[in-house]
Amino acid sequence: MLKDFFGKKVKVINLGIASFAEDLRKQGVETIHTDWRPPAGGNKKIQALLDKVASWQSKVKSAKGAR
Amino acid sequence: MVISHLIKKQTYFDSVTLMLIGSQVKKLPGIDSTVVGMCTDYNIDSLKRLSMYQSAFDGLTPNDLIICVKAADKQTADAGIAEVEKRLASRKQPSGSAELPPSSQEEAASRLPEANMVVISVPGEYAAREAEQALNNGRHVMLFSDNVSIEEELKLKTLGVSKELLVMGPDCGTAIINGTPLAFANAVRSGDIGIVAASGTGLQEVTSTIHRLGCGITQAIGVGGRDLSEKIGGKMTLLATRALAEDPATKVIVMLSKPPAESVLKTLYAELKNVGKKIVIYFIGADPKAIEAQGFIAAHNLEDAAIKACDLSTGKSHNSEMSEDQIKKAAASSKMNGKHLRGLYSGGTLCDEAQRLLLPVIGEISSNTPVKGCKEMPDVYKSSGHCIIDLGDDNFTRGKAHPMIDPAYRSERMLQEIADPDVGLIIFDVVLGYGSHLDMAGEMVAAIEEGRKKSGRKPLLAACICGTREDPQNYAQQQKILEDAGIKVFPTNVAMVSFARHCLERNK
Repeated sequence: MLKDFFGKKVKVINLGIASFAEDLRKQGVETIHTDWRPPAGGNKKIQALLDKVASWQSKVKSAKGAR
Repeated sequence: MVISHLIKKQTYFDSVTLMLIGSQVKKLPGIDSTVVGMCTDYNIDSLKRLSMYQSAFDGLTPNDLIICVKAADKQTADAGIAEVEKRLASRKQPSGSAELPPSSQEEAASRLPEANMVVISVPGEYAAREAEQALNNGRHVMLFSDNVSIEEELKLKTLGVSKELLVMGPDCGTAIINGTPLAFANAVRSGDIGIVAASGTGLQEVTSTIHRLGCGITQAIGVGGRDLSEKIGGKMTLLATRALAEDPATKVIVMLSKPPAESVLKTLYAELKNVGKKIVIYFIGADPKAIEAQGFIAAHNLEDAAIKACDLSTGKSHNSEMSEDQIKKAAASSKMNGKHLRGLYSGGTLCDEAQRLLLPVIGEISSNTPVKGCKEMPDVYKSSGHCIIDLGDDNFTRGKAHPMIDPAYRSERMLQEIADPDVGLIIFDVVLGYGSHLDMAGEMVAAIEEGRKKSGRKPLLAACICGTREDPQNYAQQQKILEDAGIKVFPTNVAMVSFARHCLERNK
């Protein structure tokens, strides 16, 4: 429930603008900044294929878990 | 002119870092233009438009960095490249971190598995993919990125609602969650006022004013400007409102947005009537009577929304920080030496608010983001008549950092407006808080002094400071810098606009 999240410590994964992570760290917020870059070297076709594989892997994983 | 360039293959930096460095290096003597960016279609277009494209850029990918400098001579251009490299080197390693940062969200999550929020500011075309991954792993999302399609937004918010996870955005610049300011947000004390907002600087202005009036907030949830559109159906606004309704720490709820789509409004009102808490609504530009007729408390502007929320929070009456008499007195001792007003805003909602409040007084206003009744500027780079400009709008920010971070274009525009013999009054905002420039007042004053010196003109100047004394910039110092330069300083946009109204009425 969203209301249960209220009051909890925010812990952040930051993707993109590095200064957002720096500001959070300065405030003592546990933050991990990611050296993000466009997936598959920015190649959209390869990225779409990789996404399909990831989605297939996740389906296989959850099917195995359900057994 | 000579062009020097440097390609750094497989080297990625975020766009804000690159745009800021490009803009700083462009200021160096002898340098005409800089393009510092990843090899995206947009940056390729910019290079071509500036006649700086080199055949060496053929075949590069968005993972490759281009540094390109046009200067008076080769030595200066090469020095510009070296300066960019030096500044990039100092940014590569985030402070306080010895180990190399993770290269993907999965890797980051494996290092901080208890993370409950993912802040996403990657280019829009990749943002939805990252947001979906975060939601599927049970994490809330703040989606700062723009250029996310409405179809992607709908998909993400449907997923978020099904998992009771926040999807704040896209294009959400500010939020304060569980006391943590995210992206562009101010240092605001904790209290019992919960806010749901589809307006970035609107949220900053209201939260900062609440803080300065002595009250505080539980949550300030940004939902993105399109949330209350027919297509999105207010999905996040409804989710956030329900959660605030059930949150025992929240006593008063404030809702800020452009007027919602008619179909969404019905659902929203029905939902809000079941909340059982006091609700202040400011639908920017909508008739407050229609809101009151539904049994809610309608605010007339951003400052009024903050005051009404504080009244309900404490059961005591609060006043504007600056009385109308004080504002009138300030206007009475101010003389305009030109007929026209110019507004140079970095905050979009503040720009809207100024247009709405001044239109009935001055009759004709042009803007690049005109509200109902105002005119569209034929050329956004050239003002004429009364003009109120949102410099954070897409026209001015394509390929450049937002004016809250990078004052370069606003400074240039300030010089232009000061030199215009028709201009008698210039108003502008100084937005403090995390993410914002650390000395915007200093930057604006430097531009103003240069403008005064070059043109020999001294139009009247007024600024409002959106922020709190706990913000990283030092509110009192920012105020002093402005006042020492002869600029009238106001605590809210509404107060500054009221000052402008009195000045314009006196000078009619």
